Amino acid sequence: MTDTSVTAVKLSDAAIRRRMLKEFWFYFSRNKGAVLGLIVFILLVLTAIFAPLLAPHDPTQQYRDALLVPPVWQEGGRAGFILGTDAVGRDMLSRLIFGARYSLFIGIVVVSVALSGGIIIGLIAGFYGRWIDTVIMRVMDVILAFPSLLLALVLVAVLGPGLTNAMIAIAIVYQPHFARLTRAAVMAEKQREYVTAARVAGAGNIRLMLKTILPNCLAPLIVQATLSFSSAVLDAAALGFLGMGAQPPAPEWGTMLAEAREFIMRAPWVVTFPGLAILISVLAINLMGDGLRDALDPKLKRS
Amino acid sequence: MSLLNIRNLTVRFATSTGAFTAVDGIDVRVDKGEVLAVVGESGSGKSVAMLAVMGLLPDTATVTADEMTFDGQNMLAMSPRQRRRIIGREITMIFQEPIASLNPSFTVGYQIEEVLRFNAGLGRKAARARAIELFDAVGIPEPEQRLKSYPHQMSGGQSQRVMIAMAIATNPRLLIADEPTTALDVTIQKQILDLLMKLQEDSGMALILITHDMGVVAETADRVMVQYKGHKMEESDVLTLFENPQSPYTRALLSALPENATGDRLPTVSDFFKAADAQIAAEGGAA
Amino acid sequence: MSVVVEGRALTRDYLVPGSLTRKAKLIQAVKGISFSVEAGKTLAIVGESGSGKSTLARIVALIDPASGGELLIDGKPVDILQHRPTREMRSKVQMVFQNPYGSLNPRQKIGDVLTEPLALNTNTPARERRERAEAMLVKVGLPAEVYNRYPHMFSGGQRQRIAIARALMLNPDLLVLDEPVSALDLSVQAQVLNLLADLQDEFNLAYVFISHDLSVVRYIADDVLVMHKGEAVEQGSREALFSDPQHPYTRSLFAATPVTDIEAIRARVEKRAAMRAAV
Repeated sequence: MTDTSVTAVKLSDAAIRRRMLKEFWFYFSRNKGAVLGLIVFILLVLTAIFAPLLAPHDPTQQYRDALLVPPVWQEGGRAGFILGTDAVGRDMLSRLIFGARYSLFIGIVVVSVALSGGIIIGLIAGFYGRWIDTVIMRVMDVILAFPSLLLALVLVAVLGPGLTNAMIAIAIVYQPHFARLTRAAVMAEKQREYVTAARVAGAGNIRLMLKTILPNCLAPLIVQATLSFSSAVLDAAALGFLGMGAQPPAPEWGTMLAEAREFIMRAPWVVTFPGLAILISVLAINLMGDGLRDALDPKLKRS
Repeated sequence: MSLLNIRNLTVRFATSTGAFTAVDGIDVRVDKGEVLAVVGESGSGKSVAMLAVMGLLPDTATVTADEMTFDGQNMLAMSPRQRRRIIGREITMIFQEPIASLNPSFTVGYQIEEVLRFNAGLGRKAARARAIELFDAVGIPEPEQRLKSYPHQMSGGQSQRVMIAMAIATNPRLLIADEPTTALDVTIQKQILDLLMKLQEDSGMALILITHDMGVVAETADRVMVQYKGHKMEESDVLTLFENPQSPYTRALLSALPENATGDRLPTVSDFFKAADAQIAAEGGAA
Repeated sequence: MSVVVEGRALTRDYLVPGSLTRKAKLIQAVKGISFSVEAGKTLAIVGESGSGKSTLARIVALIDPASGGELLIDGKPVDILQHRPTREMRSKVQMVFQNPYGSLNPRQKIGDVLTEPLALNTNTPARERRERAEAMLVKVGLPAEVYNRYPHMFSGGQRQRIAIARALMLNPDLLVLDEPVSALDLSVQAQVLNLLADLQDEFNLAYVFISHDLSVVRYIADDVLVMHKGEAVEQGSREALFSDPQHPYTRSLFAATPVTDIEAIRARVEKRAAMRAAV
């Protein structure tokens, strides 16, 4: 335990960051499911970015001579439509590829709105405590008391159907989760000595909240954000399915499902593929979230 | 007559950065009715060796020893069942954080009676009577009332008394106390140490006291084992250790005590650590 | 000698809120304590858990307000209930905490830990802040290269050095040290105590040193104040207090502190041997 034996090697900022990243990857990569989830998620992102290059057809182009064409490996399938076409002759594969854009967009917008709202509310409640905390948290409890999809539906009914309003509604429904999580983390961190130390150094309340406490509360929030990302995709699909989300002809996966309802017996592929797309992306993101939790949580305990 | 005898004990842990040797070829011997203090700073592996004897290490640890006998019985060749018959009955242990060592959901009475019924095979009524007797022996006032208390209703000192009562419930022949007073105030520490010594003298059990505190060693031990980075630096009787320490590392530790300070400054100890490291290296070369 | 800090009959009460079954209770954690510390001197406040010594430390360090009494820093009364401590006040009093694992923000680089007090309380330009932080690291015995590392890369003793460096960045007159060595190993404790002694000589610092360990207090203190249940049961110079403790509580503390005196060990060993022979 010689105290002065710090290796006097000068580590650059980049070297330190690399070291921490390596440590993170060590824990993340031990969870095989998480790695698989990450790979699928990256593919999903790439698909969304390069959708115009990947898609063989325009997603809204209707081929009147090719209504409900089955996938290529089934009898009657055509090489031009690998996954078949829907009731108005649009290429399924192209629609699914462009649908990835919608899903990612919805996930990112909903999570960012819910996360930033939740962090601000949670920080204020956790940091100031007393009656402010009581008032804020009771309001959050009221929101949480509603079944989430039902509340989103009500909000959309008030705001009017459409993708933007659906996203706003879902974000409002999710926001209390983030607020509660932030509040709990802030209350725990607030007691730690380093916060008192920062106060002795002269830090004011705003600085204590944003610069001292918040960075130490991020790990559970990141995990929650990933998990909410997939729920947001799912809820947006559900709203789309109920006709309250993205409106046709937008190739959003949930809306595609809704449009295909009546053909479920005659042309199962128009229902199966959007359903599978939702299932796979939600599963992948959840697996990734689990891995993040494993990688980030023990790290907090160690330091 | 030796009670516990361990030769060449090594404990390795698998970690993210490769294998880490916490205890490196240590011999431990405790005689019947003896108080052995194991001294070391954090990272010396002083607790790990005893946890290995108790079988309380996590799966990532590999324990090897040439010999491990308790009262002439070979512990290495034992089935897990036979081992359990010794550990928890013949050898018991108490820990540093008494409040954390007790289950917060049950009364202390329930917890000690459970020990008595499973490890001493007593009936419900006999267990209750013996629990009261034990609480009395460890100096808890109004034992009948206190049996109904939950751990959070007790102070640190009282919780440690409860832990001691549980540990001596089966009349063990060896009690291992891992930093039993570190979390306590000095006046309480004094009471707990006095209690441990009195119980030891009355029952004639052997006591292994793991500590970092030289003062505690001075007031309790017969024999002392000093550990550093998993190596044994010195093993002496207590008087020799303080009067004429054999290893440079022990000398360093003693000179770092503020009460031994001569003049204005405490000695700089890193030089002594270099000596200690050299001692380890020399042993490694010889072995 | 100039008095840096003076407390006059300081008190601190807590209201423990009641519930359905309990009445609200007023707890007096500090009951009227007076003291003063001169520049370059150390006042040790000794007590066990629940004695109110840490509460007093937080009052002196301008973290919590006192409920009553007067706190004077450089002869000027300070009341943080009425005004937030000014930059000037902050620069005079700094604190080092007990647990070096808890007192450094795990997400803050060492450089930011050290420059934060300067950035918040002075108008020092960034470049000079960095230079001063690196110089301070060297002063507390760490290489300047650790500037951009994170706290988890350091041992307990090194972290405590960093915490001391942070406290010294503003050139304070007074350091409040709340059990600064009790979480450290013996060997590291000695090094930190030496460092504190050196820094006191160099900067003519006044220390308020909170501790439960009498051997450490005896080594570092000039004056000692013994606290028990919120009251100062005894105060005086180190020599007077250690040679002739007056209060029964002080005496019981002395009696309970384990000693490594050779003659005491010899007596105990002989007693045990005699007892064994008798059996």
